[in-house]
This record gives sequence, structure tokens and C-alpha cells, in this order.
Amino acid sequence: MKPAPFTRHVPRTVDEVVSALAEFAPLDGRILAGGQSLVPIMAFRMARPAHLIDINEVEGLDRLAVDGDHLSISARVRHGAFHKPVIDGPLGRLLAFVVSHIAHYPIRMRGTFCGSLAHADPASEWCLVAATLDAQLVVKSVRGERIVPVTDFLEGIMSTSLAEDEFLAEARLPLLPDDTKFGFYEFSRRAGDFAMSAALVTYRLVDGVIAEAHLGIGGAEDRARRISEAEDVLNGNPPSPDLYVAAGEAAANAIEPLEDIQTTAEYRCDLVRAVTRRALERSAQ
Amino acid sequence: MSDKTDITLTINGRSHAIRVEARRTLVDAIREDCGQTGTHIGCEHGVCGACTVLVNGEPVRSCLMFAQQADGKEIRTVEGLADGDEMHPMQRAFMENHGLQCGFCTPGFLMLAVGVLEREPDISDHDLIDVLSSNLCRCTGYQNIIKAVRAAAVEMRQS
Amino acid sequence: MTVHTKGTGTTWVGRSIRRLEDPALVTGRGRFTADMPAKHWVRFVRSSVAAGTIENIKAPEGAGIVTAKDLAKLKPIRPMLSKFNYVAVGQPILADGVVRFTGESIAAVYAPSKDQAEDIADQVEVEISEGAPLIDAMDALAEDAPLVHADTKHNVIVEGRIATPGFEDVWKTAHKVLHVEARSRRQNATPMEARAGHAVYDGSTGRVTLTCTTQMPHLTRTAVCDILGIPESELRVVAPDVGGGFGQKMSLAPEYVLLVWLARKLRSSVAWTEDRRENLIASFHSRDQHVQLEGAFDKSGKLLALRGDIVANVGAYSCFPTTCGVEPLMALAELPGPYDVRAYDCRSRGVMTNTCPMAPYRGVSRPVITFVLERLMDKAAAAFGIEPTELRRRNLIDKFPYTSATGLVFDDGSYKETMEMAIKAIDLDAFRKRQKIARDAGRYLGIGFATFSERTGYGSPAFAARGMEITPGFETVYLTIDPSGFVEARIGSSPHGQGLRTSLAQIIADEIGIDPDFIKVVHGDTDRSPYGWGTFASRSLVLSGGASLLAAQKIRAKLLKIASHLLEAAPEDITLQSGSAHVIGTDRSVTIASMARAAYHQTHIFKGEIEPGLTETGTYDPSGTFSNACHVAVVEVDIETGRVEMEKFLVAEDAGLIINPMIADGQVHGGVAQGIGNALLEEIIYDETGNILTSTLADFLPPTTHEIPEIELHHIETLTGNSITKAKGLGEGGAIGAPAAVISAINDALSPFGISIDEMPATPQRIRAALRSSGKLPSNGKIA
Repeated sequence: MKPAPFTRHVPRTVDEVVSALAEFAPLDGRILAGGQSLVPIMAFRMARPAHLIDINEVEGLDRLAVDGDHLSISARVRHGAFHKPVIDGPLGRLLAFVVSHIAHYPIRMRGTFCGSLAHADPASEWCLVAATLDAQLVVKSVRGERIVPVTDFLEGIMSTSLAEDEFLAEARLPLLPDDTKFGFYEFSRRAGDFAMSAALVTYRLVDGVIAEAHLGIGGAEDRARRISEAEDVLNGNPPSPDLYVAAGEAAANAIEPLEDIQTTAEYRCDLVRAVTRRALERSAQ
Repeated sequence: MSDKTDITLTINGRSHAIRVEARRTLVDAIREDCGQTGTHIGCEHGVCGACTVLVNGEPVRSCLMFAQQADGKEIRTVEGLADGDEMHPMQRAFMENHGLQCGFCTPGFLMLAVGVLEREPDISDHDLIDVLSSNLCRCTGYQNIIKAVRAAAVEMRQS
Repeated sequence: MTVHTKGTGTTWVGRSIRRLEDPALVTGRGRFTADMPAKHWVRFVRSSVAAGTIENIKAPEGAGIVTAKDLAKLKPIRPMLSKFNYVAVGQPILADGVVRFTGESIAAVYAPSKDQAEDIADQVEVEISEGAPLIDAMDALAEDAPLVHADTKHNVIVEGRIATPGFEDVWKTAHKVLHVEARSRRQNATPMEARAGHAVYDGSTGRVTLTCTTQMPHLTRTAVCDILGIPESELRVVAPDVGGGFGQKMSLAPEYVLLVWLARKLRSSVAWTEDRRENLIASFHSRDQHVQLEGAFDKSGKLLALRGDIVANVGAYSCFPTTCGVEPLMALAELPGPYDVRAYDCRSRGVMTNTCPMAPYRGVSRPVITFVLERLMDKAAAAFGIEPTELRRRNLIDKFPYTSATGLVFDDGSYKETMEMAIKAIDLDAFRKRQKIARDAGRYLGIGFATFSERTGYGSPAFAARGMEITPGFETVYLTIDPSGFVEARIGSSPHGQGLRTSLAQIIADEIGIDPDFIKVVHGDTDRSPYGWGTFASRSLVLSGGASLLAAQKIRAKLLKIASHLLEAAPEDITLQSGSAHVIGTDRSVTIASMARAAYHQTHIFKGEIEPGLTETGTYDPSGTFSNACHVAVVEVDIETGRVEMEKFLVAEDAGLIINPMIADGQVHGGVAQGIGNALLEEIIYDETGNILTSTLADFLPPTTHEIPEIELHHIETLTGNSITKAKGLGEGGAIGAPAAVISAINDALSPFGISIDEMPATPQRIRAALRSSGKLPSNGKIA
């Protein structure tokens, strides 16, 4: 289980990254960030890139800062950076809670937030966070820069709208108002395994009723996304156990569940029902 | 075929000038190019943790890092834990609490536990068990690994 | 537990001394097979299809490649049984025209590095004309099923039947009959060190040294030499530190034969390190069984008769040396377990399919049959409306020796006592109260008990009952005190991580009055150790321990004679302790080191009355003994997701005299953890084409610290006459009882739903499907 041969390129600046990508992407080149997902599939030789553009030496790509109304997460910010809240307020706490579900400690020392988004595993916790919070993604290439909403970015299983020569340089998560409540629940076979279903919810309580609900489901469909049917159930209603059950039901009914030899569509819907309700329960704690 | 590159791996304070292909994983370089076979390979796809080493103080899976990426970085492996004949508290605790049987996963567990405790000496018991879930052991049922790491954590905090 | 580094008791046996193995292993100085450099690295080209005919193999220009046609002179691997309608089938070292399972080796390529060998293997083009694969044993049983081996008449390779006389008459008297149809899915032992071999040719002698991660170095030597047709003196087999085996490293790996052949051909060193994917798809599998079991009970809940039908999927070939009869035949002989039942009728078959070959894995069939039998007992308890433990109490054997319906003789044990101990320790009554409160709150807690026997330490007479051409049994120990005064025990057994060196040193230390630190136990080298059988069947401590004791007793006798000469005292007035012989009641003594010098360098002083040297041999070949235990699992089942949370695990076990409590506890911990993994997580899954979907450790799921709860241990030590050290084996017990206890607990938790989970692993998907089928779940998921 040794990776097939490749050539490694080590750019020092973002400009060098995008020009390397422009040159080598057509020759089967791709970005190497944390490598915690890419290297295993290279070891199995299921991926055989001819060129890897290693962004680990690029200056400034570990930038993690608040810019106005959002948190900017540069391309090489590793999962481990979120172990402790990176900012005061609900967003920092949310990220610190979610990160503990991502694989295991040593993986979190290397793997990156943006790498997870670009890899687009349907079970990725960060994809779920990005989808639920309406992240904006900064994509760069020699052709320039564009900002892509997450809904246009995640396209399917391991599939994004990144063009061959484009580099996900930064993810932007909107800051959450201080009174935002959040809840996250993930179901996996073992601790640290891929999520078979996960739910993330954020909302505010205005005059005792739920407002601005964002409810995202990951691991259950070909990509993480907000489930408006479940959000509609929540908005305008006071939190209650019955409401959580109804939201879970709405989410389960709204999804197009992934199936495999062990996991039927019916079971996946069972999980979505459960994780949605439990995420909501956690949000109330 | 890609070309080989000259790099220097600093393992337990000793420099190893080696020449490796880009695809050479760090664990293969440590074992085969530098001859330090105490670090073991259990799965080569980042799940079992047998190959865990410290790179600049952080526990990482050395099967998921390329050797060239570790050029110039400080690497610590199980061979560097003891200070001469004086074993590290973690090594002693594993022996005293029977935290190993076949010993194959042991170097990975030692480096994981030492790496995390050096970074977070006051880590909670719950979080410590979570950290230890990173690595697989097939012999011990984990009971005595947990016991050993807790014992060593107390000693490391005192020293 | 307190760990002593130096004991204060009167004996070394019974103390938790630190393991002699550990200092090297915690400092990175362990020596494992994959640590050795080699000139040539081998990579196997493996079949990507489960069944078919090889049409063509095309290697890149100049590649070093070996295929079946190069190995025409080699014999196939063809183990034999002379009983049970066994059909001998041969396994070629490399697939010869036909492939029979996904992962079977078709060719071996070699290159100066592993990377290059893999690059070349990638470029080898294999054309296979695909056949229809048989994956499930039930399909392979069909009248018109294709044959896995064309030279056989059917796919049933072994079939045994035991029926006690008058069975039907007893059956007719039943008050209640209970039935279980159970399925155990396929598993992989998954030692953390996968297989690895290294063969080097010695130009001056023409010998090859094969270093490999095996549990059976001597049998490996015999098998490889038989297949190559060379004298055993031309091959040395070394098992260095072995990174776990659990049975998977007991059977002969065809890959090792290839390595020796290639080292001889190239007159060089060649090596192969199995990767994890190869290990999961093409090393050995186990536990793939369908079991039908019926029990007839009288009015009082006493088991009168047991009827079984077992189908074991043994894969595409038969493993050496046990043969693939090992699972079905062990199930046949041991199905009644620890219960007193006089009428028994069981058929057990091993069926060939296009899947990876089956081989022993910790506990062999017993994790499966214990799980099925305990399901039957639980169902019976429910039918009689009594606690499962009460039903067991009415049926467990309690008079010894007890001869079972299948002819096994159980020596003294504590079947009821360990169960009572476990009931008390777990506080069953308190649990039932807690369970009720939890249920009222919509939470489902369950408790499961498993009582079982673990047949251990059996010698050649027991194995002979299976009609094995190669009948394992005895163990031999050469014990030497050399002129330096240090002790060396060379043993035929070959441990793979269980601390045997330490335990044997404790036994020897007591006998000859010397610290274990002075005793070096040498194993795993056919040039250094006596012919032996290695490690399997919870035998090493009993067999090698017994042989060590016998040899040590002889050495002791000789030391006393020497001391008697040197101290001019009668042997009966001399004691051996702390490394010296002492004349009782005097201050006269002589050190063992001085006696050793005299035994080699001053032999003239003994005037021919004492043979020169200090080496003695002990050989032990006992009839066998039974350990026993009661396991208790406490679980909570999440009925919405089907997930099982292990709350607690408790073991009350009896393995006779415990030599080193710390090591014994570690064996139980490890076995239980594997059993929990087997019960909940681990499953090798084939799709219908015979491709394996669980070829990574993210798909095949050994448990982590999160999935294993606290394991509480309690001990009873029943001293047996069937083991001269009084120790019974306990390497497998943890894995035997745990699956049954866990699945029993799940069923207890879910009893309000009227369902029965009779499949392992009991995955969340399966549990949730069963709950759904009960029709008792509210439609909106949550039960109020």
C-alpha cells in the first residue's frame, strides 16, 4: 500500500499556488493540504495524482480571524485550531463542539477545514457546518477570485464546483448573534468514524418562539445541506419536545437518503429523525 | 518516475540526511531510510495509529505525512522517549500497569499519550479516553492502557 | 491490582511480577519481521474476482515475476483428516489456472523496494474468464450448485454427526421445545501486526532462514519443506516478536512458501509485508456460520435433549495444519457447553465457497456456539417465566468428572459458583429495579449472562479424536543451567504477545530457587528450540508450563545431588532458594552458579556418580482440562437508532491456579474486548459478486477505548489434577463468552418488543430493523 509516484511542488505564496495549479491541474495535479483524506486513498491507489501542489509551506494560509461580520478560515487552518473556541460567542463554541467529532486527535493536528470542504465527503462535519451556516467560499485561480455560496459549491459525493485550476483559499462563516442557540448531534458506528447522519441546528428565540432557524443534515444524502422543510416547522414556534419530533419527521421526509449494502433508505431516515431531534434537544440545554 | 530529493530528518535530536521520492511516507523514511524501526506500521491508511510520532511536538500519523514534508522538523519517536537508561514515566507506567501485550501498537500509544499530555497536562479524564480512542490495540482491551496513561499523567504533572 | 517487581511471598507463582518482555517493547527495541531489510521485496498480484479461469498473465518487460508454472514441482497445501467424510482439496501456492476467491495470489513480483514491487504488480495484466461465485454456504449446499473444486463431488468438505442412542424417545417426552436459528457473520482476527515474512539464503550452507510472524514455527518448517521437497535441516524458521495472532498466524501462509522458494532461486534475501487490505481480504477469516438449535426441556426447565444443525462456511481452501474441519468439528463436539444434557443429535458441515479460507480465530467455534446455546437458554427462561440465571442454575454441570454426551470429560470446575459470584457482584436484583425505572422512562437497559467452558491445554489424545493426519499435542522444554549460572529454557511453544516468557520463568524459578531475572526463555527459533506446536487453543501455559515444571524438577533433583556432594549433606536436608543450596539448620550453602561450574568444569569430583552438564528435558502431553467462566454484560439499547452502548462488563472466571494474575487479567480483558467487537462491530461483508466491501479499518471495525466499558474481574481457583502446574488455560475465554453475554443483554433490553436478535454482529441496522418489524414502535420514532 504505497502511493503511486508523483511530483511534489512547494509554492510559497498563493500566487505560486494558483499558477502551479494552472500548470499542473491539466496534468492530473491537485492540492495537498492536510492529506488526511487524500493520502489514504493514494495509499490504496484509488487516487493517483501525477502532481501534488503542497500548500503547507505557503505564507499566511493559517490565517484565522474575524473580518467584519464573518470568521475567515484560510486554506491551511487545521481542525485542531478549533479545539478551544477561536472567538467569543456561539460560533466559537459551536466549532469547538463539532471539532471533537472529527476523526481523532492526530488527524485533527493535520487535516484542514478547507481541505474537508474541497474533499466534499458527504459525512464531513465541516461540510455540514458550512452548509448550515451559509458559508461563503473564496476561490482563487490565475483567472482571478470568486466568492461562491456553499450551496453552489457542494455538488455531490466528493464533488464540488471548483474548476480544475481553482483553489479553495478561504472559507467565511458568518458570525452568529450572541443569543444564538445551537445543537449538534452525530451518529457513527464508532467514535471518530464517518457520520452515518448528523444534524446541526442554530436559531434565535424571539419572544419565546424560534426565529432564523438553520437546520442542516449531513451524512445522509450526497451532500450536506439545509433542510428548509424542517426549518419551516421550527420557525415561529416555541421549542418543545413535540416540535423537535415534528422537525425530525420533516427532515426525514425531505431527504433523498444514501443507501448501501448495510444501510437501507428507511434506516437512514430513522437516523435523520433521531439526530435532528437530538440536535434540537441539545440546543435547548 | 519522480525524482528523489535530499532532505534532513531530525529524529530524536539526531540528523539523518536522506534522499527520498516525493511519495515516500514519513513512516517509511523513519523505518527504512533512517533505520529507526521502533515506529510500526499497522494500516497505512490512518486508522490504527501504530505509526504515531511527534512532529514539532504534535502527535501525527506518520503514514499520512510525506517524508519531504517533515524536512527540517523535529521528529520524536519511541526510541527517543527514554533518557539514556532512565525510562520515561509513560514507558514505566505501561510496564507497571501491563499496558501492553504483543507490543506492536505500544510505540504509537506511547507517543500519542506523551504528545497530548505534554501539550495539555491538565486534560480531563474524559478527554484523555477520547484521545486514546485514536489508536487501536487488539490485545489489552484498553483497560490497562487507560490505567497506565492516567498513572503517567499524574507523574508527568508532578515533575 | 498491586504489581510487585520483587515479590515478598514465598513463591513466584501467583504474583504479578512485571513482564520480562516489556523493556524492549516499550523502548522500540522489539524485533518484528517487517523490521528486517531485504534485497528483494515481493508483492502479490491478487485476484480481483471470486471465481474464474485465468486466461492470460502478462507482466511488464523485464519484471521479476513468479507464476504457477514456475512452481510446477511444488506440492499443494493439502491437509488431511481421516474421519468425518473429509474431502481433501489442494491449495496451490499461486493460483494454477483457476481462481477461487477474491484476493487469491495469482503471481508474485519482486523488485528492490516495496514501492517498486507495487508499481510492477499494478502493471501485471491478468485476464480472467469469470465464473459464477458461491458466497453464502447455503447456496453452496444446493443440489445444482457449481463446485468450488471441480475434482470433488459436492461442496461439503467435512461432515460430522453425533447422535446419542434413544434420542427420539427422550425428545418425545419434552414439556417445551425451544428453537433458535442463528447467524454468525464472517470475521477477521485483525492482529495489529499483519503477516510478514523474510527469507534469506545462506550461500555457504545452502540453508534458508525464514523469519515470519507465525504462531507455529516448527509446523511452518515442516509444511514448507514438505511442499518444496527438501529436508527440514535446510530450513530454519524464526518467529521473532509477533504482533498478536489470535489464531490467524497459526495456519500456514502460502506466501511464506513462495518466499523460501524465491530465496533459494535468487540465492538472496526476499521479503513480504502484508498490507492491511491484504490482511482483511486474503488472510484468514472465521466464524461464518449458520446454526439451527432446538432444545427439549422438561417441566422443571431441565434440558433433556439438544438437536443441532451447523453449517460453517469454510471458504475456498482448507487451512494447514488443522484443516477447515476445525470450526464445524469443534462446534459438533462442544455444542452442549457447560450444561448437563444426555440426549444429543447434531450434524455439522463445513462447506466450501468462493471466499477467503477459514482458519482458527480465538475461541474457534465456541464464541458462536456459546452465543447460540445461551440464546436457547434465554428463550427457555422466558418460556418458563424465570430469570435466565435460574434456568442455568437448573442445568449447569456440578459433579466432576463429568462425561458429556459427546464424550468429553470435564475435570473439576466451578460452573455454578462463578455464576453465583457474578450475580452477586453485578447485583442482579438491583439491576432489575433500575431496569424497570429506566423502562418507564423510555430507556432500554439489559443484562446478559453467559456461562461457558473453555477446553484448554489438551494434548495429542484429544486431537487424535478428530482424525488429523498431523495430530498436535505435546510440548517439550530443554532446560539448561550453563556454566555462567544463568538458566535458559528453550521451549517448543511460540508466544505472540501473551507474556509466556514471564509466566514460565515464574514456574521454573520456584522449582529451582532462583529469581526469574536469571531465567531466559528462548522460543520461536527452530534451530534453538525443541520441536513443538506453538501457540493455539489456550495451551501454551498448560503445556509448556507443564514441560517446564517437569524439566525443572529434574534439574532440581540434579542440583540437590550436586549440592549433596559439595556440602556433604543428604539431599533431603538441602533446600534451594535465592540462587543457592542451603543445608537446613546450618549456615552451609553453595550458589547455583558454583554448582553449575562444578557440573561442567569439575566433573571429576563427582566420581562418575553424576552425569556432566546441567541440561534436562521435560515433555508434557496431558489429556486436557476445562476452564470456565460466567460473563455479564450490561447494555443500553437506543431504540431509535439501534445503537448499543456497553455500560459494564463483568467476568467471574476460573482458570485453575493463576501463575501471574496481572498477565491473566490482561488475557481476559483482551478476549472480552474482541468478543464485544465480534458482538457489535466486526463483520467482513462480501457483495454478491464476491468482492469484499470491508477492506479498510474504517469499514471493518475493531473497537476503540470508547466502545469497551470497564471490565470487572473476579476469580475462583479450582485446582485440577489434569494439569501438573494446576494452571488451566485462559487465552480464549474472554472472546468465547463476551458475544453471548452482549447479545443476551441486548435481547433482555428489548424484551418488551417481543423480538429476538439472533445474529452477530448485532449492528444498529439489524437491531433497528428487528424493532421496526415488531410493529411496536410508535410511528414518530420516540416512545413517550
